[in-house]
Amino acid sequence: MKFEKVSDGQYLLDVGGYVCPHPQIYTKKALSKINSGDHLKVIFDNPSSGESIATMCDNTGDEIVSRDQESGKFIWDIEKA
Amino acid sequence: MEAELRKKRIWAFVIVAFLAMVSIGTYAYNEYYIYLSVYLWFGFIYGMCLQYGRFCFSSAFRDLFAVGVPRMAVGVMVATVLFALVSAFVSATGLSTFHAAPTSVHAVIAGFIFGVGMVFAGGCASGSLYKTGEGNGVALLVILSISVTQAWFADVAGWANKLVPDSWHQSAIAKGLPETINAGDGWVDQYLAGYVWDQPVMTYANMMGQSNDSIAGAFFGNVLVGVIIPAALLLLGVYIIWSRRGFLNKRKKTNPQLGFKDDWAGYWSMILASKRTAIAGLILGIFCGLQMFVTQGLRVKFGVQNAGTLLERMGHDFGISVNGTVFDPGYWYVTTQEAQWVGWVFNKMGAENMDNIYFGFVNGIPNPAINPADWMSLALIGGAAVMALLNNEFKFKKPTLELATWAIIGGALMGIGSRLGLGCNVGAFFVRVSQGDVSGWLFGLGMIGGAYIGVKFFNWWTERRMAKEFETCDI
Repeated sequence: MKFEKVSDGQYLLDVGGYVCPHPQIYTKKALSKINSGDHLKVIFDNPSSGESIATMCDNTGDEIVSRDQESGKFIWDIEKA
Repeated sequence: MEAELRKKRIWAFVIVAFLAMVSIGTYAYNEYYIYLSVYLWFGFIYGMCLQYGRFCFSSAFRDLFAVGVPRMAVGVMVATVLFALVSAFVSATGLSTFHAAPTSVHAVIAGFIFGVGMVFAGGCASGSLYKTGEGNGVALLVILSISVTQAWFADVAGWANKLVPDSWHQSAIAKGLPETINAGDGWVDQYLAGYVWDQPVMTYANMMGQSNDSIAGAFFGNVLVGVIIPAALLLLGVYIIWSRRGFLNKRKKTNPQLGFKDDWAGYWSMILASKRTAIAGLILGIFCGLQMFVTQGLRVKFGVQNAGTLLERMGHDFGISVNGTVFDPGYWYVTTQEAQWVGWVFNKMGAENMDNIYFGFVNGIPNPAINPADWMSLALIGGAAVMALLNNEFKFKKPTLELATWAIIGGALMGIGSRLGLGCNVGAFFVRVSQGDVSGWLFGLGMIGGAYIGVKFFNWWTERRMAKEFETCDI
């Protein structure tokens, strides 16, 4: 697991290789730490975590700005509400 | 990118073609193999559904407690209600293959151990099968751990005999089982024959004075009272605790005057929030019921009660139980066939494991190549792989040391929980609840408690790891 600040307001969370429930728990904890309007890029490769992260964002109002997928790897950009 | 996708589609085609060839080839060799092919194709459909809907019973409760997401709790309840409705038709026609299990506190304890295990492992017994089909090495390790633990646990004796209460020992001996089984030796044997078998078998229909195969018993007792009402109440609780506030906050922006109508809309919105999961639940529910119908139809056609007779007619007499049976539930099941294949391997390595109730008296340890339920599980992995390949979600993932540790611990707990509860999240919860078996909800209650404890642990674990990362980012 890797979490880093890429630039001002831009953060990266790499949870590639992790299975449930790690990606969604790490994403929740990362989102709780950053400020409103900041972006969190989440990299994961466990498809079922995507469903949970999407529903979690829908509940909290955080917006998934982009969803990219390549070779079983998901790269989502989430803007915190 | 295009070439890669094309390659994956070809692999999906290869899997389907292979399974089709197995079905056609074995049927041409002996028509009895159609019985095994029924297991195979239902397993294939389950695998496709599970992968499409990311359908994992583990996340039903775990994601509620961990991240407040009700998606899977809804999916599981939708599938359970539909399975119950289809099963009620099958029961009312007298073609059900289901037998209710004994009900007591053992189901809650078993569910609890299983629940902790499924959170540690990152998936339930069925979820680990479909994730293996996605190329997930952690899930494969979980299956291995569940399988080995069960095969060992079912036969453990010696020191474990000292942990058996005398009342269980006496009761087990009094059952008068065949001498080859030796019911007074082995922890699980004495637990089963000395305790579990003495517990009452209860369905909601029976409790209301109706028979399970009457229309009133099947639809009113077992489905309405046993499934629909508790499922609706459970989802109401989930809505109030985890979903209501977010939904009403969004509504307030356009309409500040909220009433009961808005709550009703919120309840339905929660149920339909994940279309993939709801669709998977719907198809699973229908096909689970159909499998019972088709299997029982074939039993009538071939004049048998159990696949053991068919295997013997085909000349396969190894690994058949003393009663002439093998594990042949006639519906979706996961863990027993996993124990069987390892039991078969242990036996081939010299272990004498046909002297226990689980293998020797009930389920047998037939060669996995001709074990009906193994055909279902292998095809389930195949079906999930096909769906993942077609959607470009297939990826080989090697387990890290951290995840491998959780997988082995979680798998072992699920293996023990399964044997104590006589089934897993599918056999002991999903199937039993759908059939109006009281022990199903008890196992579920335990699973919820176990999932809560598992999540508490992982919250602490991830908090520790994230704290280090936050420190380096200075936030």
